[in-house]
Amino acid sequence: MISIQGRPTAAGDAHVEPHEPVFVGEAKVRLEAMFALYPTRQACLLPALWMVQEARGWISEQAIGETAAVLGLTPAYVKGVVTFYTMYHTHPVGRHFIQVCTTSPCGLCGAEETMKAILRYTGCGELGATSPDGRFTVVEVECLGACGFVTPILIDDDFIENVTPENVATILQGYV
Amino acid sequence: MGYPHPSHPGETAVLSKFFGDAGARSYAGWVERGGYEALKKALAMTPEAVVEEVKASGLRGRGGAGFPTGLKWSFMPKNDGKPHYLVCNADESEPGTFKDREIMRWTPHALIEGCAIACYAIAAERCYIYIRGEFTEPWKIMTAAVAEAYANGVLGENAMGSGRRIDVVLHRGAGAYICGEETAMMNSIEGRRGNPRIKPPFPAQAGLFGMPTTINNVETLAAAAHVIRNGAAWYKALCLGNPKSTGTKLVSVCGHVRRPGNYEITMGTPMKDLLDMCGGVGEGRTLKAVIPGGSSVPILTAAEAESCVMDYEGVVAAGSMLGSAGMIVMDDTTDMVYQIYRLARFYAHESCAQCTQCREGTAWTVKVMERILAGQGKQEDLQLLLDLSENMTGKTICVLSDSCAAPVVSGIQKFRGEFEAYITKARQPALAAV
Repeated sequence: MISIQGRPTAAGDAHVEPHEPVFVGEAKVRLEAMFALYPTRQACLLPALWMVQEARGWISEQAIGETAAVLGLTPAYVKGVVTFYTMYHTHPVGRHFIQVCTTSPCGLCGAEETMKAILRYTGCGELGATSPDGRFTVVEVECLGACGFVTPILIDDDFIENVTPENVATILQGYV
Repeated sequence: MGYPHPSHPGETAVLSKFFGDAGARSYAGWVERGGYEALKKALAMTPEAVVEEVKASGLRGRGGAGFPTGLKWSFMPKNDGKPHYLVCNADESEPGTFKDREIMRWTPHALIEGCAIACYAIAAERCYIYIRGEFTEPWKIMTAAVAEAYANGVLGENAMGSGRRIDVVLHRGAGAYICGEETAMMNSIEGRRGNPRIKPPFPAQAGLFGMPTTINNVETLAAAAHVIRNGAAWYKALCLGNPKSTGTKLVSVCGHVRRPGNYEITMGTPMKDLLDMCGGVGEGRTLKAVIPGGSSVPILTAAEAESCVMDYEGVVAAGSMLGSAGMIVMDDTTDMVYQIYRLARFYAHESCAQCTQCREGTAWTVKVMERILAGQGKQEDLQLLLDLSENMTGKTICVLSDSCAAPVVSGIQKFRGEFEAYITKARQPALAAV
């Protein structure tokens, strides 16, 4: 496997953490049950990557290697897929990952102000950065598909509608 | 109904009848409300008769292209000995569109019923429902509904006692607008990057895993169940004059209206009436522009919108397309140049970068528009944008780059003065200098 140790990332040296295999025990059973749902193992790649991200919070080089091995693919191929899809994190993120929609329909109704309020509240400072306390990472997302409920945001797996600069603090305080 | 608002008398609630009614989410609740009657009826018909009924109803694809659904089903080969697949497109991510989300959130069994009917009609044993990764709530609701459908024998090796196997598998996307394009979606299900494929071969010949495949939108499949339940004649009669566009359409209305939401209208309803149902634009504001079919279609001016009829042909006659009917309303406070720039940024972000015209074209459109918005634009930039757009239209594997060009071209044609105001510095820059 190719090592990318030493490459600067958002979270410093997190890449050098030892890798704990994901597909063992119950997770292995879940993955193998999935094989019956698709005619090829390759088709289980997106669901398998979701399992990695749920277990580890992000998808490391080592996890890419492990996923490739369990599905009979090459690490390079898996990395190509991981990097195509924006929801897979290729570096560690904060404990709570916030996606704020600012695409045109939301932008028309004040989403950029909501986004700025979220950046201020979380202390992230800029989009894509993690707050110094490691609590939040905030990113801008393209169209969450809830354009009538401006501003929709996604915090981890919680889809929240009608966020405004005024209610940001109330909504986010529960995410510790 | 105009969810989250109470139903408006101008609406025809067929698909949206149970929006907001959490009792409709469970299997028992759905059956109480007349659910799964359509599937029972379909399973008692021949698959050919189901296809003919859908053909006769005039139902057309609700995802954007408006292709006749029954005709699409009829393209699937017969008795070829190969596995057939149905793919349900629930990757709703066209800016302005949020209707499929409500169908899945409130009436998950309506979608499962539609999928099962379509599977039967095209001789598919398996349906993959591709749900965009960000739709966490619909995902949970659909997961529970599919499990309930299996537990009650609706799905499985003997679907509703028919002796036919019908399986539904939910597949979660991971953040890529392009996966809403049918061939990219098939690649994504196969565990590949979501690059669109060159057609031919068309999916009905060689689609998912190389097998005959039909791809239908969520709303289309949910509507097909109503066609079977109430008959083609009933569905066809839901039409205000133009027999080429029949049935009801969920229109997602957003932007500068007082009551944004999903409004279910009979095809042929004037856009003016729909705007009234939403309460129109805010106090003291006037309508400036409407993007009628999701962000990928040309922009209509207020005058064009006022006279536009909401059906496939009506919106084309007004100079745009019905698309997925995600209606973005803009009032007189809107900076058209900035909004078009923001849309171009969307397409540049979502380009799969496979075709040069799209990869380069969307990126350069953004750069030129940034320059204009920063007060550094040149007179010749407008022609440059039009030339770029021309080279992005009809020249790529899929229509993502055409979709970027549509608002740019119509924006420059219809709101040229606003672009020129930035170029001549009559207007303050909206972006910092590049």
